[in-house]
Amino acid sequence: MSYLPYAVAAWICLVGIAGIATSRNLIHLAICLTVTQSSSYVLLLSVGYVKHGKAPIFLGTKLGTPAVDPVVQALTLTDIVVSVAVIALILALALDAHRLSGTIDPDDLADISG
Amino acid sequence: MLLATLVPLQAVAFGLVALGAPLVVLTRDPLRQALVNGIYGVSLVCLFVVLEAPDPALSMLAVSGIGYPLVILAAVARSRSHERTKDDEKR
Amino acid sequence: MSRRVRLLLLGPALLGLGALLAWAIAGLPAFGDYRGPYGFVLNRIVAPLRHTTNVVMGTTFDVRGIDTMGEEFILYAAVVGVTLLLRDETRSRQAERRTRRFGNDTVRLVGVGMVGGGLLIGLWLMAFGYITPGGGFQGGVIAAGAIVLLYLVGSHRDYRPFRDERFLDPLEGIGAGGYVVVGLAALASGAAFLTNLFGLGTPGMLRSGGSIPVLNWASAIAVTVAMLLLFAEFLETYVVPLEPEDAAS
Repeated sequence: MSYLPYAVAAWICLVGIAGIATSRNLIHLAICLTVTQSSSYVLLLSVGYVKHGKAPIFLGTKLGTPAVDPVVQALTLTDIVVSVAVIALILALALDAHRLSGTIDPDDLADISG
Repeated sequence: MLLATLVPLQAVAFGLVALGAPLVVLTRDPLRQALVNGIYGVSLVCLFVVLEAPDPALSMLAVSGIGYPLVILAAVARSRSHERTKDDEKR
Repeated sequence: MSRRVRLLLLGPALLGLGALLAWAIAGLPAFGDYRGPYGFVLNRIVAPLRHTTNVVMGTTFDVRGIDTMGEEFILYAAVVGVTLLLRDETRSRQAERRTRRFGNDTVRLVGVGMVGGGLLIGLWLMAFGYITPGGGFQGGVIAAGAIVLLYLVGSHRDYRPFRDERFLDPLEGIGAGGYVVVGLAALASGAAFLTNLFGLGTPGMLRSGGSIPVLNWASAIAVTVAMLLLFAEFLETYVVPLEPEDAAS
């Protein structure tokens, strides 16, 4: 029985959400969002791990040696690269808000009008 | 109960990642946070390698070393030029 | 709601979420005790079926090819969003007036070496992605980073050809659209979408995996150009000198 990996993933998720809620700077908020995203990667890869399994690359290794799950690795690797573009979009929105309202503090942004 | 089937290397890797996440969140200045995020990314790469996942490790290495610092630093630079524009307008 | 109310709500909300997560984790199998059938099935069949030795890449571009197409469109949509928000036509004319060189010679020397090395590593990861660990996504980010390094160690004039929108925008479309074209070609020939059209080569050589190399290169081009576009859009206004008519926008 061992649940440390899943506990670590849950802990990272909660830490990231706490950072987003208490943030005073929109760029800091975007980086806390990346921390929360990384918790999902840790969870996915921990679920796919096979005890004494090798990496799922079969160049030179015999077919049939126990290997870890390739599906979760495929999910994780495309997600990591796409998240850069999504964070860039969030930062672009933050910069636009900064330019229009003059403040980068999410609490003060609620007061702009027009 | 929590640690029974983990190899010590894996336990240390998970511990480093669990230590790094609050450090990233607690750094308030975005410029410094970009650097701490890069170090947290390297600890994630070590974790992915220990979990026998070379492809996600390569992705995380490229992204946390090149992708995130690129967009974060460019955003910080641009927000500072907005501040400078505003100061020039006030004067 | 004000900041104080939000912070007061945060504690109980995090506790509730933590309790839900703990309940969910208690239902998972233990770490290392993998039970699901798909991992075992894929590890057995993808290498002989598609002649690729990197089962993860075979899953990404063949067994699970439609999801990767969706992810590429997420990338494309995010880049279009950033472009719409940040691109400003009137400022790009004046952008090249200030070209400042980085002062330290050692950094420039090391950087120049890293540009060529990084580009080669990126291209190698892209080309051999379906044989050894690597692929279009990883290689694309590294190659884009090597090109942006030109901006850091050279002057803006050295980097300017890679920032030209007339050159980057069509390439991004080719990368994202190429993926769909390969799938539609399979559809046009009577088989299902994204069915393998090309011959499977020998595993371990560059010509293997059927249509996986084509999809791999399409996504590599899409990711590289997307990273270059993102950096170009963010950096556009920073080098514009501040003049009175610019500041009053």
